[in-house]
Amino acid sequence: MAIDYAKIGLKVGLEIHQQLNTKAKLFCSCPPALFKEEPQITFLRRLRPTQSELGQVDPAAFFEFQKGMRILYEANRATSCLVEMDEEPPHPLNMEAVEVVLTAALMMNMQPIDEVHVMRKTVIDGSNTTGFQRTCIIASDGWIKVGEKTIPMQAASLEEDAARKTGEEDAGKTIRYRIDRLGIPLIEVATAPVIYSPAEAQEVALAIGMILRDTGKVMRGLGTIRQDLNVSISNGALMEIKGVQELDLIAKVVEYEVRRQLGLLQVKEELNSRGVKAEDLQQEFVDASAVFQQTKCKVIRKAMDKGQMVLAVKLPKFGGILKRELMPGFRVGTELSDRAKFWGRVGGIFHTDEMPNYGITVEEVEALRKTVGAGNEDAVVFVADTSENAHDALKAVVERAQEAIAGVPAETRTAKEDGTTRYMRPRPGAARMYPETDIPPVLLTSELMEKIRANLPEPGEKKVARLMKEYSLNEKLAKQVVDSGYAALLENIVKASSVSATTVAAFLTETLKALKRDGVQVENVADEQVLEIFRAVGAGELAKEAAADVFAWLSKHEDKSLNDAVENLGLRLLSKEELEVIVDRVVAENKRSIEELGNKAFGLLMGAVMKEVRGKADPDLVARLLRQRLR
Amino acid sequence: MSEKAESSGYKGEALNALRKAQCQVGDIIRVTSKGKIYEGILIPRSETGDGKHVVVKLKSGYNVGVRITPNVKIEKIGKGTKPAFASPPLPEQKPELPKAVILSTGGTIASRVDYRTGAVRSALSASDLYGVVPELADIARVKTEIVFSLYSENLTPQHWSQLAQKAAEHIAQGADGVVIAHGTDTMAYTAAALSFALQNPPVPVILVGAQRSSDRPSSDAATNLIAAVQAATRAPFAEVAIAMHETVSDTSIAITRGTKVRKCHTSRRDTFKPVNATPIARVSNGEVTMLTGEYQKRDSAKKLILKPKFSSEVALVKFYPGLDPAVIDWYVEKGCKGILLEGTGLGHVSKYCFDAIRNAVNRGVVVALASQCIWGRVNMNVYDTGRDLLALGVIPSDDMFPETALVKLMWVLGQTSDAAEAKTLLKANIAGEFSQRTMPDKFGVEGEDSDGN
Repeated sequence: MAIDYAKIGLKVGLEIHQQLNTKAKLFCSCPPALFKEEPQITFLRRLRPTQSELGQVDPAAFFEFQKGMRILYEANRATSCLVEMDEEPPHPLNMEAVEVVLTAALMMNMQPIDEVHVMRKTVIDGSNTTGFQRTCIIASDGWIKVGEKTIPMQAASLEEDAARKTGEEDAGKTIRYRIDRLGIPLIEVATAPVIYSPAEAQEVALAIGMILRDTGKVMRGLGTIRQDLNVSISNGALMEIKGVQELDLIAKVVEYEVRRQLGLLQVKEELNSRGVKAEDLQQEFVDASAVFQQTKCKVIRKAMDKGQMVLAVKLPKFGGILKRELMPGFRVGTELSDRAKFWGRVGGIFHTDEMPNYGITVEEVEALRKTVGAGNEDAVVFVADTSENAHDALKAVVERAQEAIAGVPAETRTAKEDGTTRYMRPRPGAARMYPETDIPPVLLTSELMEKIRANLPEPGEKKVARLMKEYSLNEKLAKQVVDSGYAALLENIVKASSVSATTVAAFLTETLKALKRDGVQVENVADEQVLEIFRAVGAGELAKEAAADVFAWLSKHEDKSLNDAVENLGLRLLSKEELEVIVDRVVAENKRSIEELGNKAFGLLMGAVMKEVRGKADPDLVARLLRQRLR
Repeated sequence: MSEKAESSGYKGEALNALRKAQCQVGDIIRVTSKGKIYEGILIPRSETGDGKHVVVKLKSGYNVGVRITPNVKIEKIGKGTKPAFASPPLPEQKPELPKAVILSTGGTIASRVDYRTGAVRSALSASDLYGVVPELADIARVKTEIVFSLYSENLTPQHWSQLAQKAAEHIAQGADGVVIAHGTDTMAYTAAALSFALQNPPVPVILVGAQRSSDRPSSDAATNLIAAVQAATRAPFAEVAIAMHETVSDTSIAITRGTKVRKCHTSRRDTFKPVNATPIARVSNGEVTMLTGEYQKRDSAKKLILKPKFSSEVALVKFYPGLDPAVIDWYVEKGCKGILLEGTGLGHVSKYCFDAIRNAVNRGVVVALASQCIWGRVNMNVYDTGRDLLALGVIPSDDMFPETALVKLMWVLGQTSDAAEAKTLLKANIAGEFSQRTMPDKFGVEGEDSDGN
């Protein structure tokens, strides 16, 4: 069923974050790089919510603090220093990063801030060792053109990236974070919520992405760009969706979120028509362990063997509701389950809408219903875990079920790779921001602004025209190159090798697109390596037909060199002498055809030789050798 | 802007423009500059900021500085509300818990942020403290008193005397332990001073501070404070000590003797290191564990001996290649009663200073020497220079590092003005400042594992 987005009042705002490819991190001189090895340094911390006078403490964070949440940080010497460990005050703001943001801001017609103030935004989930993220507005109030429409741009900010979560220990009470990513500069640009369809959201994101790429100072590759979406519909709620990593996914995420909210509104109507009231849902939890003494359900068996319990709660008149699908593979029951996982640290929940299943028998379900006093019109949710976790989990389930009666709860959600979203945490209250007093304000002087204005990247259209003129590319290819963001790389390659611009351009656009379609992680190959490939092609050391294979191999072997690729793929070019032996043999094998067809046998012979030497010989040379023999 | 609001840091053109628009800090204002509008709360300006910008907190929470020119328009569009710091109700005092006194000298061991203006407010009353560190209510019945409100670099030996008297008062009133919240910069000096001033204490006196200010979630203040109160009220020892992070992790707090501890890093949480010693106790997981058998025992029957006087007529002279010995003469001329030489290596000062030192000793000045190596023991018998200095009458400070030796000299000269008596006192082990054996422990911060586990 197609959705009429205008009718349901869809409004989308975009927040695009991208890592900057600066020499150093934002507040220290460490390189903006990650590490894969075992950490050299670990340390344990707790973060204590600092109460504001209004009692505005992030409820999720405060809950975790009360539960004794600890954070185990991992670091190594190559990628972090005492600043990321929160053992040394930050160094002054990295001006290289400020300049990149200003460049992007001017390209989006924003007004720079006269005096930049770095702020601390309270974040106590452990992703920042300090308990806050440092962030500052660099420019505001601009616009970009997307097609015919003008999209107002709210602000361009510069902030430090957070540590990345690497795991959990002691039943979720210790969270592991790696601080290599902490402090990498991020640009954040935000649009006004003026986008009215999923497709448009994607177009706008693409347009912003291109501008950022044109600065030439943003990182490429998975994890370097994150798109956050603010999605709302009439009667629904404003949903903050975090971390859409793939541009192509944006439209789908918006569509699924709209479907989810519409589905929840239907659930609300259904519950209202059944006459369910929030106060009918009680936090009355029943120990149902006795029901499952002999159970064949592996999950419950394992929990019982560990001395844990099965705790159950009745959701009156919720029968059949929990199995309703809201997004592909995502039901109302999943909504409850996500909450239980977050607040109760449990692996998941069971509910009667999905029974019998997982080795739980009809008899057990009946006994369970009896134990909690549930009829067929009711649903029962149960969970097997420690008493503390099970109680927290079911408490969250009841709260979520109560919210279903009211409609759509505002949440912060996280985007999955399939375009669906999952509960991440409650929406934080008003931004808890206060000044970062360790960093002096930065004046954006008119001298600085003049310098940046004078060095703005060439706008897309101009660049297309120039590429056509300077490199004799046709318009389509020139446009594709500019859209791909590889224009600068193309120019570097053409300058450094004798390969034709058209060949390079075709590789950087069509070939890479095809490789990506085949699942090749194109971002794993550095620009420098692509340059090397073409240098080798230009020098006659590598057949241009082999470029794609070499590229694909390098994407899978990140630490290897071009030589390794050539060796491993057996792509070393044949010498003229070696080639002549093959050509002579093929000619001999096809003597009869040559006698019959004369010069017309060329195509056949060419095909036969190339079949053997593709990627190992220059086709022009093969043709020349063949012609000599056919003469 | 009213006269009163001028303390909010504005000056020059910015102040004039704000006055003209009758805007006060906290008001909601609209600034129009270069065709753009910045609307939000007027924020106080840092005293070191220029007089050309007005700082506005936007609705998004961000602060921005807007340059004031004749073309910029400022309007007041709403009145500000004063931040109200409501203290949480005082939790029930549990009568079975020991009594702790927390004396504050001005560090912000516990504080709260007004997110509206960014102002940080110290939480110093008992109820504020409970609000910020509610765990305290389960450890002790806490009484608080603000003794001074000073940065630690502004404390002088006079303040040490007052602090010693204040601690003695509370001990006399039956406190089971005294905790002193202190800025970390000079905390080790104060710890040494109190070690000499509070002799034979019946209960522990624990100094505590924070390397990360307490308004941030990662602050070490609460963890240190909780451990300090635990040690003060439960530990079996009765000495003056410092309680601070043992490593960069929040897992263990080292309790180190006041005469043997030094700030060794500008910023790390584990900046306080025992020098020529090991910590006497560790607080971890709410438990106090003694790490040595050599300590003064807690005993409420003990009678505190209060000796709170310090002489300010004491100087520290650090020897370095090329030091002008006239510096020593100048101190003697000024009437110094004691000079601590911070010598090199095993305890040396160049021969060209000998005349000045001889003159000082002859004028009745007590001259002592500690090594700028910090770690290790001076031994002035090994080289000629050391033997010559001994012959001049210089008193070696054994294994005291310079800061403790300096504080001891100040205290000694606060007790007596007789040079001979002072020398005797200087050589006596008063508060565990000397140890007879130098152990092969790690020294310095560099040798320490940064791994906190």
